[in-house]
Amino acid sequence: MSTFYFIAFLSIFFSILVITAKNPVHSILYLILTFFTFTIHYVLLNAQFLAIVNFIVYMGAILVLFLYTLMLINLNKESEPRKSNVVKIAGFVGGGCFLLTIIAAVKAFNISQPVVLNDPNLGLVKNLGKILFNEYLLPFEVSSVLLLSAMVGAVLLATKDPKTT
Amino acid sequence: MGVVDILIKFGLVLIIFLISLVIAMYSTYAERKIAAFFQDRIGPNRAGPWGLLQPLADGGKMFLKEEIIPTHANAFLFIAGPSLAIMTACIGSAVIPWGQQMTIGTRVIDLQVADINVGLLYIFGVVSLGVYGVMIGGWASNNKYSLLGAIRAASQNISYEISMGLSIIALLMVTGTLSLRQIAEQQHSWHWNILYQPLGFLLFIVCAFAETNRTPFDLPECETELVGGYHTEYSSMKLGFYLFAEYINMFISSAVMATLYWGGYNYPGMDWVLAHTGPAIGPLIGVVVLFAKIFLFIFFFMWVRWTIPRFRYDQLMDLGWKILIPLAIANIIITGVWMTFIK
Repeated sequence: MSTFYFIAFLSIFFSILVITAKNPVHSILYLILTFFTFTIHYVLLNAQFLAIVNFIVYMGAILVLFLYTLMLINLNKESEPRKSNVVKIAGFVGGGCFLLTIIAAVKAFNISQPVVLNDPNLGLVKNLGKILFNEYLLPFEVSSVLLLSAMVGAVLLATKDPKTT
Repeated sequence: MGVVDILIKFGLVLIIFLISLVIAMYSTYAERKIAAFFQDRIGPNRAGPWGLLQPLADGGKMFLKEEIIPTHANAFLFIAGPSLAIMTACIGSAVIPWGQQMTIGTRVIDLQVADINVGLLYIFGVVSLGVYGVMIGGWASNNKYSLLGAIRAASQNISYEISMGLSIIALLMVTGTLSLRQIAEQQHSWHWNILYQPLGFLLFIVCAFAETNRTPFDLPECETELVGGYHTEYSSMKLGFYLFAEYINMFISSAVMATLYWGGYNYPGMDWVLAHTGPAIGPLIGVVVLFAKIFLFIFFFMWVRWTIPRFRYDQLMDLGWKILIPLAIANIIITGVWMTFIK
């Protein structure tokens, strides 16, 4: 339990650093650390497959792209125009409303009765695969075909010769 | 788990770490000797007999050179870059099965640090993490050439990861497990995966070249265009760490290829040898065989480097997106058809 609290503390600590860091590249690096703590959370929950997929997809691919884009556009404190006060107030109000909604949603949950998993090894690859390919076969297959077709479509758009169109 | 078991595990980790470092050191020597052979030169021959002490001399030089951190560089990230590069290079070896279980007396010793049930994905994760060292170092240098090298490294890594992942999916369909120990055991007595997945192996080795930034895919450090690429601003041991990380990556990816596709520690006549040498010595012969395979792959990496010129950047992207990914998807479909109707 103490491990959980320590990792949870790190998650919150790094996510606060993400929004307070002045340099956008630093903020992405803190975001990477935040996602790494999420991976540890998954391992603590005995969901090894989810942990490693979070590691590969979020830390290894999506955040590399984030970092890539930020390095390309090369944001600086000096060149960045100051936001006007109206935008700041609007952001404050919007964020406050969002926080309120989240707190209300969390309070609506009945936390005093925690959900106990029937099978604590549910997160292992074997058990997860059995559930995905038995109970949720159709949604799983449909979503995988959708993702694959999105990727193939992107490649197809890139291969198209601009002279013929 | 007793104290002795923990000590044995710790010793195994230490041995693997030392072996990785020694192999990386002597890979630099081998690279120079092989390059010399290909170019009809002699190569390093001054330090020690046949120049065998050359890596030590190089290492000493790296440590003693002046440490330079550019004025406008971000000092923390500038140091974090090479540290991250060498760390991600070293942690990949944790899941590779180096041999069968050894039995000394009544104690059974696993020649593998951790047999986790997502071992293959772990390797994949470590590979995808490896690019951060290059990106952070290149960005923190505050140099245009370094930044360009870092950006190239990122886009190259992402592009080739996709086809690497797809070629692994086809392999998974054949093996049905993610544990590297089980994959190695399945390949006993000539059921080597290369026989079932020749196209998959071809895709995997091309992607391995791209992920380790070896020629013909060494665009992040392309010296004809980018001075030194991401490590332009680096000197002394920080530069040494980047170069070392590349050689360790090469060693680890050779080990992964040997384990996944070329039978791992299995070799013909294994059972006969094992029966005659006993359970304490027998597995060690398997380890030697695995290392022989690894050295062949390392030689192949060097052979390609000194034979094939570097790609142009658009050619690199074309190869990754327009050739390798369609081939990898075709490979998955062929594997599926073969598993359904023939096997």
